[in-house]
Amino acid sequence: MRAPIALLLFAPLGLLGQGTAKNSCLDCHGMLDGAAQRPALLAKTDVHTANGLGCADCHGGDRTSDDPGEAMNPAKGFIGKPARTAIPKLCAHCHGDPNFMRKFRPQQRVDQFELYQTSVHGKRLASGDDNVATCIDCHSVHDIRAVKDPQAPVYPLHLPETCAHCHADAKRMAKYGIPTNQFAEYQTSVHWNALKVRGDLSAPTCASCHGNHGAKPPQVESVAAVCGSCHVLFAQLYQKSVHEPIFSAASGGGGCIVCHSNHGIHQPSTAMLQGSKAVCAQCHDAGTPGANVAAQMAGWLDGLDAALKHSESVLASADKYGMEVSEAQVRLGDGRENLVKARLALHAFQPEQMKKPIDAGMAIANETLRAGQAALHEKDVRRMGLAVSVVFIGITILAIWALIRRIEASRPGASAPAPK
Amino acid sequence: MRAKPGNWLGERLDLSAVRELISHKTVPVHSATRWYYFGGITLFLFAIQVITGILLMLYYRPTVNEAFESVRFIMTRVEYGWLIRSIHSWSANLLIFVAFVHMFSVVFTHAYRKPRELTWLTGIALLGLMLFFGFSGYLLPWNQISYFATKVGTDVAASTPLIGPAVGRFLRGGEDVGGATLTRFFDFHVIILPLTAMALVGIHILLVQQHGMSTPPWIAPSGVRQMRFFPNFFLRELMVWYCALAALGALAAIFPWELGEKADPFASAPRGIRPEWYFLAQFYTLKLIPSHVWIFEGEILGILGFGLLAASWAVLPFWGADSAGNARTRLVTGAGVVMVSYLAAFTVLGYLK
Repeated sequence: MRAPIALLLFAPLGLLGQGTAKNSCLDCHGMLDGAAQRPALLAKTDVHTANGLGCADCHGGDRTSDDPGEAMNPAKGFIGKPARTAIPKLCAHCHGDPNFMRKFRPQQRVDQFELYQTSVHGKRLASGDDNVATCIDCHSVHDIRAVKDPQAPVYPLHLPETCAHCHADAKRMAKYGIPTNQFAEYQTSVHWNALKVRGDLSAPTCASCHGNHGAKPPQVESVAAVCGSCHVLFAQLYQKSVHEPIFSAASGGGGCIVCHSNHGIHQPSTAMLQGSKAVCAQCHDAGTPGANVAAQMAGWLDGLDAALKHSESVLASADKYGMEVSEAQVRLGDGRENLVKARLALHAFQPEQMKKPIDAGMAIANETLRAGQAALHEKDVRRMGLAVSVVFIGITILAIWALIRRIEASRPGASAPAPK
Repeated sequence: MRAKPGNWLGERLDLSAVRELISHKTVPVHSATRWYYFGGITLFLFAIQVITGILLMLYYRPTVNEAFESVRFIMTRVEYGWLIRSIHSWSANLLIFVAFVHMFSVVFTHAYRKPRELTWLTGIALLGLMLFFGFSGYLLPWNQISYFATKVGTDVAASTPLIGPAVGRFLRGGEDVGGATLTRFFDFHVIILPLTAMALVGIHILLVQQHGMSTPPWIAPSGVRQMRFFPNFFLRELMVWYCALAALGALAAIFPWELGEKADPFASAPRGIRPEWYFLAQFYTLKLIPSHVWIFEGEILGILGFGLLAASWAVLPFWGADSAGNARTRLVTGAGVVMVSYLAAFTVLGYLK
């Protein structure tokens, strides 16, 4: 056993300078059929192959020998197909070695294996459960691509499907007693929409909240911190709010997910505050002070939203007529910013904190509405002016025509003098 | 008794030559007389450009930081600023259109033939100036579309063989479109081009006076009726000018010239960027030419082709008439039809694609 490990540790270093060194593994496996040929075909796109590493760097053996017996000789470190439980350690031989990794990716972290060992996946694997995810389940095998490669299974756009490959598999998850609907719920969320529809690579995927190598479900008490890593201002207000200690003490959940859920986070709306689907109503019965405050805040938000939309439509109408309203349209952006601020302030659950941006937003909505109405009025004035001008121009043209007729009638020869 | 203004001036200036010209100047009356009005409309629109341009200069500031804002100020704050700017922009486009009509009317009535070669040449130079007026004025509001259209336009000029790089640097005032480009385009637009254009317009009109109005070759000059220029033709021309004024007012009031967004050199070019309509035919042609034709670069070949075509067109009086001054009517009419068809079709295609 010592021989293959020593080989694994030192062989890659020895091969570094070889670049396109002989690789008899690919030569032979490339000529085989089916499953035996597959690794040789996949290796063409592998990031390790591109960096001069070969099959023997993981599997051991002698890649310089054309004799299969020699090339796959255990005495030369050949280990064959590694056991699943051995894979993380096998990868860590290189990926946990800063001196080795520096030669390829100096900036890359080398603590993935340590993190993996702290994860549920790592702990279960250590206990002998080889059903859990190892490196190759997420990164693939033989056709491993760099994380930044858009075709890599761990590229942000593909990561949810990669996790779902196991976590949406009810049969596979049955023995762990965990739900398998996370991916289905995530697909209905605003985060999925941002990631998949808008192609926003910064949108949160599974790993953004759960981590990657140190994958571990965030505990209830850390949910607000996880959400707050992106939604910083919301989290700050929430932490100081009256709801924070109450939600944290509640059993079965806490923090942001009480109102927003976890995987299936939908576009927030004032329907969350009042009405039949109001999340506030889960705790605040209708007619109670809490429900009244929620209804009041919903009314403010809806009122500002409607006022801004009305101004926007009036300005758009003026713009359609070619009126110059760009300044008002830019100003309307400030109004929308106040709406966002009001939605943010809601997370303090103090109506007075919301009032300031609501009032500022309403003032801008009214100001831009007046600008739009003035532009539409100006459009009418211009057209009236045009109509009057055209009438006067028409009269002038007729007068000139009459003058021409008069001149030519009084001087008949005027239109046909003899050429000079 | 107060002296009449005419007498008062007459006592101080010798106006007899002017009176003589006015009383004797005539215009031939025949089936193509209507085309004579287009020269006058072009002149009228040029005058509109000069007047509205001077008014715009009261508020316009030709710097990267102020150009867009000053045009927006004119459009939104200055009393009737929107009208002046819209008329200036619409009139510029109508002027180029009418100038083209005027040029083709000269081609199809064969008015370029001896002794009017110089009149044709000054007219072609004026058309070129009008196009340069349009190109330089387009950048001045410093908005997104004009910025990138100028970038494309100067890139095309810069790819001309041999002199291209120097021409590109001269136009832009550097390697790229920027503040220096705006300043020199403003100089071209308000000083160099107007002075040159006025001088050429003067020579053009002088030549028209000297040679009189041309009669198409298919009409025998001896049998043509004549109309006094003043007041008979002038009053008719005045009616046409009023119609043009009404059209300008309607366009300005119903379709005010838009301002767009301020130019951002770091933004990506807007989709479907294309030049003004009068450069669309050339632009679309360049797009159609493959990147390489035999050993030549397609774009360079296209530019050389346009240069050759423009030069041939400019010397039309010399290949369009024989040494005795008789027009080669079939050849020139055929060339005119091909040219009009090409310009019209490729402009429409360039707009649609």
